[in-house]
Amino acid sequence: MTSADNLQAFKRDGRIVIVGASLAGLRAAEALRGEGFTGSLTMIGDELGEPYDRPPLSKQVLTGWVSAGDTTLPRRRDVNAEWLLGVPATGLDLATNIVRLADGREIPFDRVLISTGVRARPWFVESEAALDGVFVVRTREHAEGLQRALAAGPSRVLVIGAGFTGSEIASICRERDIPLTVAELAPAPLVGALGAMIGEVAADMQRAHGVDLRCGVKVTQLEGDAQGHFRRAHFDDGSTIDADVAVVALGGIRNTEWLRGSGLAAGVWGIACDTGCRALTLNGLITDDIFVAGDVARCPNPIYEYRLISLEHWANAVEQAEVAAHNMVSGQADRWPHLSIPLFWSIQFGVNIKSVGVPTFADEVAVTQGSVSDHRFVAAYGYRGRVTAAVSFNNAKWLDHYRNLIETAAPFPPPCPTPDQPADMKPVPVDFPGPTLLAQGATVVVTGHDPGERRVTAAQYHR
Amino acid sequence: MRIVVDLSRCEGYAQCAFLAPDAFRMHGEEALMYDPSPDDARRDQVLRAAAACPVQAILVDQLEGRDAPVEASPS
Repeated sequence: MTSADNLQAFKRDGRIVIVGASLAGLRAAEALRGEGFTGSLTMIGDELGEPYDRPPLSKQVLTGWVSAGDTTLPRRRDVNAEWLLGVPATGLDLATNIVRLADGREIPFDRVLISTGVRARPWFVESEAALDGVFVVRTREHAEGLQRALAAGPSRVLVIGAGFTGSEIASICRERDIPLTVAELAPAPLVGALGAMIGEVAADMQRAHGVDLRCGVKVTQLEGDAQGHFRRAHFDDGSTIDADVAVVALGGIRNTEWLRGSGLAAGVWGIACDTGCRALTLNGLITDDIFVAGDVARCPNPIYEYRLISLEHWANAVEQAEVAAHNMVSGQADRWPHLSIPLFWSIQFGVNIKSVGVPTFADEVAVTQGSVSDHRFVAAYGYRGRVTAAVSFNNAKWLDHYRNLIETAAPFPPPCPTPDQPADMKPVPVDFPGPTLLAQGATVVVTGHDPGERRVTAAQYHR
Repeated sequence: MRIVVDLSRCEGYAQCAFLAPDAFRMHGEEALMYDPSPDDARRDQVLRAAAACPVQAILVDQLEGRDAPVEASPS
């Protein structure tokens, strides 16, 4: 599309295919229609049924309050699409602009949006993963199965992995008064995402709620009985525990295998794209007609030194979908960059945990408001003297303030003239296990509120 | 009816939980849990709750009452 006439013709009669019919795919379809795209729109999804919302699956669905089938996403407008559901895409041909489906069909497009997301990482031994009572939680079917198993009153549940999903499931098991063991390889829950200090708080919370929390251990084997039902887990320290339900919460695998050989820069880390959500080729060239959004997208963020970052965050999926949809039907002078600061939330043990920014992009952390022991505080993260992230426990109203600090590259530790001054706000090392995102580089600041006005300018270096 | 709450926007003001307690509940001091598919009989309550949200985090299905939004079909 080089001329305005071509663009108008494309908006009127073009063919857009969206591969991945979940939150990002649906929001993009709605945004395309909202932008005045009247051409043909095809939605391809590997699951049957309309797009549904996933966060409730590990929360209100497992409590038994809401049924898994009732999480269908509301529609903002009619998208008038052709839906090809229950069949995964198996290939993308950039030379002929065709998406191939598992059933042999070939779907031609002028522009395509890839929003294939992630799937749950299964237990690493297939025969053990297949035992009755072993679950992952990603789809409605998963959540439905696990909720039934929890309702049956298991003698004990084992949750493997104390990231956000694992911790949320642990919280619900305790709410339902089910005896529970949580096994985590790291020294504490949530430590890979939020660092050692917050990890300690999360560990205290779990133990205070009666979780048998075992950190620094690895589950080596899931053992079944003669009927093929999970009964016992073995740990690498030689110990075992008896349980009837095991929940494998070891994160996700990005759905990029179908793009192998396509020429796109797609792999285990996601599909690389620019801030306009246009996919990169293996050579690092921007494509014209291939767009990416949601969990599977790996987008550069100027705030974090232009690193390509993929995020499994709800708000990120929505925002990228809207930017991608806008750019798919806009000339190059009118395109928007996706310059959003990441936002994340989790609800566990009655506490609202939220984060803004990228906490792993930090060398220090300091409590800036409230009290850690009350589980009501904000902690700010800093990297080389600037604020890069913040995490709140039951203090969400403050996060907009911290988002401003991040966007303006405010000095770390930030001054906090609030009534809830913590007793000690001395920064401590952030302490992430394993390699982190750390590196040197220039800082930038973000300006503008409207997506069309958001711009980055270079800023002076603080330290 | 169908709703979704953008919990990254939600700041726990609890207006929705006061106005439509069957659909919205506070979990602890400020975390919100909600029923994504509240009974149609609660529609007015839920619409009031959505309108009252200080950060406009509640999205209610716009297609309700017209054609059912079910276009999805196995192919």
